[in-house]
Amino acid sequence: MAQTQPEPGGTRVMRTPPALPDPETAREWLATMTLIRRFEERAGEMYARAKVGGFLHLSIGEEAAIVGAARALREEDYLIATYRSHGHALARGTPPEQVMAELFGRVDGCCKGRGGSMHMFDLKRRFMGGYGIVGGNLPIAAGIALSSDYRETEEVTLCVFGDGASNQGTFGETLNLAALWKLPVVFMVTNNQFGMGTALKRHSAVTDLQRKGESLGVPGTRCDGMDVLDTHTVVSEAVERVRAERQPMLVEAITYRFRGHSMADPEQYRSKEEVTLWRERDPIPAFAAELEGAGAIDAAEQARIEEDAVARVDAAVEFADASPFPQPESLYDNAYVVDEQVKGRYH
Amino acid sequence: MPELRYREALNQALREELQRDERVVLMGEDIGVFGGAFKVTEGLLEEFGERRVRDTPISENTFVGIGVGAAMTGLRPVVELMTVNFALLAFDQIVNHAAHIHYMFGGQARVPLVVRMPQGAGHQLGPTHSHCLEAMFLHVPGLLVATPSTAADAKGLLKTAIRDENPVIFIEHESLYGVRGEVPDPPTPGTGGEEHLVSFGRAAVRREGSDVTIVGVSRMAVTAQRAAEQLAAEHGVQAEVIDPRTLRPLDLDTILQSVAKTNRCVVVEEGWPHGGVGANLSALISEQAFDDLDAPVRRVSGADVPMPYSKPLEDIAYPHEPQIVQAALAVLGGVRA
Repeated sequence: MAQTQPEPGGTRVMRTPPALPDPETAREWLATMTLIRRFEERAGEMYARAKVGGFLHLSIGEEAAIVGAARALREEDYLIATYRSHGHALARGTPPEQVMAELFGRVDGCCKGRGGSMHMFDLKRRFMGGYGIVGGNLPIAAGIALSSDYRETEEVTLCVFGDGASNQGTFGETLNLAALWKLPVVFMVTNNQFGMGTALKRHSAVTDLQRKGESLGVPGTRCDGMDVLDTHTVVSEAVERVRAERQPMLVEAITYRFRGHSMADPEQYRSKEEVTLWRERDPIPAFAAELEGAGAIDAAEQARIEEDAVARVDAAVEFADASPFPQPESLYDNAYVVDEQVKGRYH
Repeated sequence: MPELRYREALNQALREELQRDERVVLMGEDIGVFGGAFKVTEGLLEEFGERRVRDTPISENTFVGIGVGAAMTGLRPVVELMTVNFALLAFDQIVNHAAHIHYMFGGQARVPLVVRMPQGAGHQLGPTHSHCLEAMFLHVPGLLVATPSTAADAKGLLKTAIRDENPVIFIEHESLYGVRGEVPDPPTPGTGGEEHLVSFGRAAVRREGSDVTIVGVSRMAVTAQRAAEQLAAEHGVQAEVIDPRTLRPLDLDTILQSVAKTNRCVVVEEGWPHGGVGANLSALISEQAFDDLDAPVRRVSGADVPMPYSKPLEDIAYPHEPQIVQAALAVLGGVRA
């Protein structure tokens, strides 16, 4: 497999460019990436206006890695992500209203205001959650895959995490166990070049992350996470191989986080020039240009996609603002599954 | 009623639940080919196969997390941690994930997971292998905590734990595995019969008495009963011994009713004193039954040190009958000493 360089402005993966999907599919990808971008920008604004509390981790710049991967899944497959997962929920089909309402801490949020930005979840769409602890989602992904296998289904689990998580104990433990038990899970490391404020080469002895699973029995591959088509192609290959061969794979998506780790990040660990270089490879205009070049989309269509994304985000903010805060008497709801022996709260 | 060892009663519970419910899966270190470090899972691999009885690598946090993910998607995993000491490696999955997922995702997902583990000192295993950590689990909302002290409860509580929709921390005791006790027969196929299930949140009164209430947790329920016999024989004191059996949910009512009768209470645990089960219980009793008390609730606990290896030191670092007798006499004001 050809190499791409995880340096600023990283070169593109040199393989035969995959064919574009049909125009309708391609437009949907572009629309979803655009929705995520506008949603994240607005979420940042709402954070600045104190509508959103806690931490807010945005995925601006990583939209191709999100949408390309999510579209490699079937409806019955599972997607599980991290504390940077608004985009994953949106890509899986969770209404922006519910994601924004969760950020606002309202009852109509996808988790009724209990989880917040880091803990999105949508069981109906098999989005198995955002997780606040780095590396915490890997064992859970393997457990979901075990369940799929045990129930003799064809389901595959796609487990997304960052380059920083590849240093957690759960990375090695889970990859080993998933290979040992032949679990149908694709581990996708979204290499956005930083574990919080520490650059890849300063936090990982092996920076060629696709190789980090080799000694654990998990073969690796890599995609250009700034290119939705390349991401989709590589992740689809991995998902289908895992579905057929019942053994895990690791996919590294090379991407870049345009914004800070969270909103509380002065970004003193990287240069403006580096950010500018990567921003020149912004995956959304790049894909739009590719579609335009192929005659799959025109300027009017692009404008419509843009307007539609803004309108949906406007509606989400309006919805979230109108949704009430949870009632104080609901504080203890869902602390337990209440049943015969668990009547409610602890004494 | 047949007599079974505590470990055999647990084995029977696992076997019956594996037979009853296809969704039940066992995971843990050395539970299959080896038969379990304490032989609790002996014979189950042979009977149910590798699909359902799974040996794991030494990766506690990860195989507990696999249990969480499997539980979220339809299985009923029973994960064995070789001892409670290794649960510390799995605290992220137990606390941040198993305990919180139902709440933090707005009730969308459930985690019907059982994590079994034995605790306890007395085998000269030193500081890292002698813990009693029920207080740490008790601290966490979202978890249920069971501490069976008899063979019958070991079986009945484990079967109930496997059927519950919440994550259960099931704390066995290393020193109790070989202890025999009466366990009701399993129902015979065809002819029916009652299954032996023990509900959570129902304390057992092990011995009735009117002078002092002694609450004993885990193995200390057994030690407390021996101390009560000593109190009766040597001091004419009739102690009521209560085994809470589960700490979450807690049957505080049974304890308060007893205290209303005896007006005196001693809480006995093997773990450390600060922030312990006794500290919690004595706070609850003081808050809710202050007017019933003729003396402050007294705690008997393990010493506030890492567990020493050397036998004479280990012996004095966790409670035995004399400390319980002494505490009971102290809350009685020494009048009958």
